[in-house]
Amino acid sequence: MKFATIALFVGIGLFAFGTFWQAVAPWLSLKNIPMESMEKIAEKIPPEFYMLAGDYPDEFKKYFGKPDKTSFIEALKTGKEVYIAEACWHCHSQFVRPVANEEMRYGKVSYPSEYQNAMQLPQLLGTRRVGPDLIRESGVHSNDWHMAHFKNPPEVTPGSVMPKYTWFYDKNGRPNKKGLSVVTYMQWLGSWAKEPMYKLSMK
Amino acid sequence: MTEGKSSIVNYSLVKFHIGFSMLYLLIVMLGGLLYSLQFIGLYPFAGIEFLSPGRIRMLHTNGAVYGFIINGFMAGLYWAVPRLTGYRVWNEKYIGWFLAIALQSAVLATAGGLLLGFAQAIEWGETPIFIDPAIVAWLIVTLPQFTVPIYKYAKEKPLYAANWYITAGLIWVIMVYIMGNYIPQFFVPGVAGAAITGTWIHDAVGLYVTPIGWGLMYYFVPVLLKKPIWSHSLSLLGFWGLAFFYPLQGVHHYLWSPIPMYAQYAAVLSTVVLELAVVTVIVNFLMTLRGNSEAMRTNIPIRWMFVGTINYAITCLQCAFHVLLTTQKVIHFTDWVVGHAHLIMYGTFGFWIMGFFAYLWPKVRKADVYSRALDEWAFWLVTIGTATMWVDLISAGLVQGFNWWGLSPFIDSVNFSVPFWAARTITGVMITVGVILYAYNMYMTGRKAPMPVLEAKAQTSGGAA
Repeated sequence: MKFATIALFVGIGLFAFGTFWQAVAPWLSLKNIPMESMEKIAEKIPPEFYMLAGDYPDEFKKYFGKPDKTSFIEALKTGKEVYIAEACWHCHSQFVRPVANEEMRYGKVSYPSEYQNAMQLPQLLGTRRVGPDLIRESGVHSNDWHMAHFKNPPEVTPGSVMPKYTWFYDKNGRPNKKGLSVVTYMQWLGSWAKEPMYKLSMK
Repeated sequence: MTEGKSSIVNYSLVKFHIGFSMLYLLIVMLGGLLYSLQFIGLYPFAGIEFLSPGRIRMLHTNGAVYGFIINGFMAGLYWAVPRLTGYRVWNEKYIGWFLAIALQSAVLATAGGLLLGFAQAIEWGETPIFIDPAIVAWLIVTLPQFTVPIYKYAKEKPLYAANWYITAGLIWVIMVYIMGNYIPQFFVPGVAGAAITGTWIHDAVGLYVTPIGWGLMYYFVPVLLKKPIWSHSLSLLGFWGLAFFYPLQGVHHYLWSPIPMYAQYAAVLSTVVLELAVVTVIVNFLMTLRGNSEAMRTNIPIRWMFVGTINYAITCLQCAFHVLLTTQKVIHFTDWVVGHAHLIMYGTFGFWIMGFFAYLWPKVRKADVYSRALDEWAFWLVTIGTATMWVDLISAGLVQGFNWWGLSPFIDSVNFSVPFWAARTITGVMITVGVILYAYNMYMTGRKAPMPVLEAKAQTSGGAA
């Protein structure tokens, strides 16, 4: 029995050792980067959010009221919930690697501090790209493009295999709360690291 | 391991878990097939919120693990642990049936939750957050169910490797599940959260599915071949190799990400070295087969198990190759990884479980197999389907990876993948048809069984050996 007890502790100890290197140590390395709250995030509202209020005034007013900090936080949170519920993250990653020309395709290589905020609980880095990466998506496409795209992706991008999300729209084909929120989320992703237009035009 | 020990096995629980495992396997196969239709523009339920392809995808992966594999392992454990130890499991009448029904409730609640949009954004842990505590409780209760007889036996004699694996797997999975499903969700954000998520993804496979799968194989292979395992020292080497190297690999799911590089280097190195531990196990199984290779032709369960083992060797060599940071530049994010995942989760552990069932089902139903021809058809359809799917998807992965690197428009990589995805759907049809034949054969075998109701009563009431 004595051997078995030792073996038990060794087994748990090895698990602890592995977990330390793979999970605890990265956390210790990164925990001093200040954590941004939702309020802090909402201090930098991307212009696309105000444009959204102008593009769909009736719908925006109905679901969110005025485009301000409070409505931005709500739209962002709802957008992320939709993104998770529809498993968008299973086909779209959210980090740019420093290899394979990704910097030229998507933009700035991802860095740890941009993920240290309340929107990254849980993180959505993703492990598969059926569609393109989204961490530099802000401003790449217009709000209208997104609205048309979510409704019927192949119509906007011929050959796309992305599903239709018809439940983001009401009976008249106007966006509902889900539609407005998910576009807000798309236009927020990477808004903190936007690049000049000449670079975007290369994509 | 003689027939005299059969009275300490609860046949009803084994039957129950096998039945549900097969039911979920059929649903998972159909779900995967349905999802694959989206990629070739033939998805039949477009525009229906609750059958959106993304949600079906989560149903496919979570059903495979929580429905098919866990039920399959429970059936195997309820058979193997009493026979390995000579003691009945901890408590059949209350705990056994409680666990059995609780597991099915959790699986069905998960399926409902995913389709209704309550998924959690943790890969392989998409079970809605409100179901996670139930699963943790389930895992904690499962531990004594099987470790009590192992503990009793350990006081008398040294333990066989199968018991080591089973005990370790049941202990590790509790810690792993709590870590993976709570910490990134509530406490650790962003990049560090990704490191923990990666550790969970990998440990779920490496510290639960792998040790339990290996443990059951260490029981079933010698029993079916009627000879001892080739090397006991090798089995212990494999065990400690797994224990040391497997928990060190989580971050290899996020290579070239902003996670600190020391964690990535550790993950890559330990993944390559782990192949040594895997090779000990594969060599051990194959050397046990030496001299009895005729069994591959005549014995269907042995054939499932050893083709699974060969698939295992292929996947693990593939893994040691594609985990290198250089290879990752091309194949990360592509269908290569999807092909790899299918060969390990279904081609290996799925094949092993189907081998266990092919052996156990006629035994617990006390009936001969209904049709040998159906078994052959099922085996060859599934085997050719799985192997072709693997080749097809890793090829698609190379096409996608080099397309992205070459900076051609993103939609090119989609257009070029469509033929591969069409081939994937065809292989999926082959596998699904094979599994349907396999399940039909089991159903007909069960129908031939003599008076199943009385049989079950005799098993639960009169337990004395």
